[in-house]
Amino acid sequence: MFIDLTQMQPGETGIVKEIQGGHGLMRRLQSMGIRPSKKISKVSSHFWRGPQTVEVDNIQIAVGFGMARKILVEVER
Amino acid sequence: MIEKILLVGNPNVGKSAIFSRLTGAKVIISNYPGTTVEFTQGKMKLGEETVMIIDVPGTYTLEATCKAEDVACRMVKEGGLAINIIDATNLERNLHLTLQLLEDDIPVIVALNMWDDTKHRGISIDVKKLEEHLGVPVIPTCGLTGEGIKELINRLPEAKVKSLPASSDSQKWEKIGKIVEEVQKLTHRHHTLLEALEDLSIKPLTGLPIALGIIYCAFWVVRFIGEGLIGHIFEPLFTKLWLPLLMKLSVFLGEGNFLHHILIGNLIEGKINFGQSFGLLTTGLFVPLAMVLPYIFSFYLVLGLLEDFGYLPRLAVLVDNFMHHLGLHGYAIIPFILGLGCKVPGVLATRILEERREKFIAATLMAIGVPCMAQIAMIVGLVGQRGGGYVALIFLVLFLLLIIKGLVLNRVLKGVSPEILVEIPPYRIPQITAVMKKLWMRLSGFLKEALPLVLLGVLFVNILYTLKIVDFFAYLFTPILTGLWGLPKEAISALIVGFLRKDVAVGMLGPLNLSTKQLVVGSTILALYFPCIATYIVLIRELGIKDTLKSTGIMITVALMIGTLLNILL
Repeated sequence: MFIDLTQMQPGETGIVKEIQGGHGLMRRLQSMGIRPSKKISKVSSHFWRGPQTVEVDNIQIAVGFGMARKILVEVER
Repeated sequence: MIEKILLVGNPNVGKSAIFSRLTGAKVIISNYPGTTVEFTQGKMKLGEETVMIIDVPGTYTLEATCKAEDVACRMVKEGGLAINIIDATNLERNLHLTLQLLEDDIPVIVALNMWDDTKHRGISIDVKKLEEHLGVPVIPTCGLTGEGIKELINRLPEAKVKSLPASSDSQKWEKIGKIVEEVQKLTHRHHTLLEALEDLSIKPLTGLPIALGIIYCAFWVVRFIGEGLIGHIFEPLFTKLWLPLLMKLSVFLGEGNFLHHILIGNLIEGKINFGQSFGLLTTGLFVPLAMVLPYIFSFYLVLGLLEDFGYLPRLAVLVDNFMHHLGLHGYAIIPFILGLGCKVPGVLATRILEERREKFIAATLMAIGVPCMAQIAMIVGLVGQRGGGYVALIFLVLFLLLIIKGLVLNRVLKGVSPEILVEIPPYRIPQITAVMKKLWMRLSGFLKEALPLVLLGVLFVNILYTLKIVDFFAYLFTPILTGLWGLPKEAISALIVGFLRKDVAVGMLGPLNLSTKQLVVGSTILALYFPCIATYIVLIRELGIKDTLKSTGIMITVALMIGTLLNILL
């Protein structure tokens, strides 16, 4: 099932499938470790469309809500 | 022969720690991405030669996305030998920059930093194999303890120019994937207590109470240490040791003498009064050393601990939502927190923000809404005598103003605030020696840069008084001072000195026999109408003349309005 990062529940793990953004966003996310085929887990999500914290390669990254919506993830539920 | 060495790497991999190891130079090191926003230069002896070493701000790519990264990219283009510092606990992502460097025409050597962290994180890396893959020397290091630094220096001559053919991002990632698979093994391990704490402080339900708790504790510790130092050490030193000496000097010089006026100042009821005499050796030393320094000490001690622990980026995530209303994202909280200490590093730190609009808002809000520690200490010292509630009132007004100004600027300025995207470093137990070193750097910075300005300010005011220039300005500004703000016209001297130093300026309200209301209005205006000259120079450098003038216009308008409003309401 493909969902975006904001729809993942804290504690869930999935695989990044697609980043629906411009070249700039893509580069920034990639260079921080978020890119297709990477394992990603959700740590927390903040109220009122706040930032989403994820973990990739043992490193936690805070991603703004709008950006997080552009990151599609495959999760087994 | 090596002429110039660049320390290049992702943010928060410990470049500054290695820089400090190599050069012996003192630089600020913290546990959050974006500590270094400007390059720092140092020198190192390499055999007979002296080599220049440059600590480059952290960057993920050689194509800049913000000003700090832009500095980094330009430095690399200028050439030299690159020590690529990579975080051993995060090999994959760090290697991307390494591959970019290997495609450039500069010699590269790799320092596999934070090597000590790999062991308890269950990561093992085959350094020999990594070296084979990259084709340049790879040396495990630990900047904080100094492990591996000697070997790094010894092997500098082995650095190689690879000039690999340019490849696309995806080709690089594919290559990195293969390398990492071969050289790195991860073993499963249990969550540590620190990691449990990491999770708790980033989840909203537990994170917000933790944040409030930390801020509350930080506030009380700063206050407790600051007050303790003043009451038990600095005030007794001044009154018991320094005062008797000054009394002798005063008698020797004779009151009414010009030198007496400059050095000792006015005698209040026949005595030297450290708060009101306003001589170079009396108030001029008492304000910076006995009133401000203790708070600078306690503030930077607490800040240093929080920085090194790695808490600040978590706070940034928690306040992100709120900051968006002010046209900023959460990471802008870091310049603000630094600005509470001194606005000069505060304004500089706005470089970690991506867009010009954001930088403008952050710098403007800081320049007119965030009082620096020198100013806070003086307000606490002076207004606090009339009751803690009045101190709280001033800070409440400043805080509300900050929010209102943010809300308005966010509405008025075109564009939207960009979203946060930041790496959250793991918690690390602060090393006492590192914290103390950083504290000492900041304290000596205050003594070297602020103390002379304070003395200059006091001297300046005395001369202005003697030459009757103050009277002229007082006459000129009476309509505003008295008419709008309800202050005596003598308060102009505080406003004049306020351009130079805020602590002296607030101190100058002391001898004016102001009512409590006037004191509150005066202190608030001093925080609003203009930042100190040092901050202003940095503002011009960071924002450019045009934006700085815009910002100045806002400052003056706000000061006029709020001064009048407080005068009417209180």
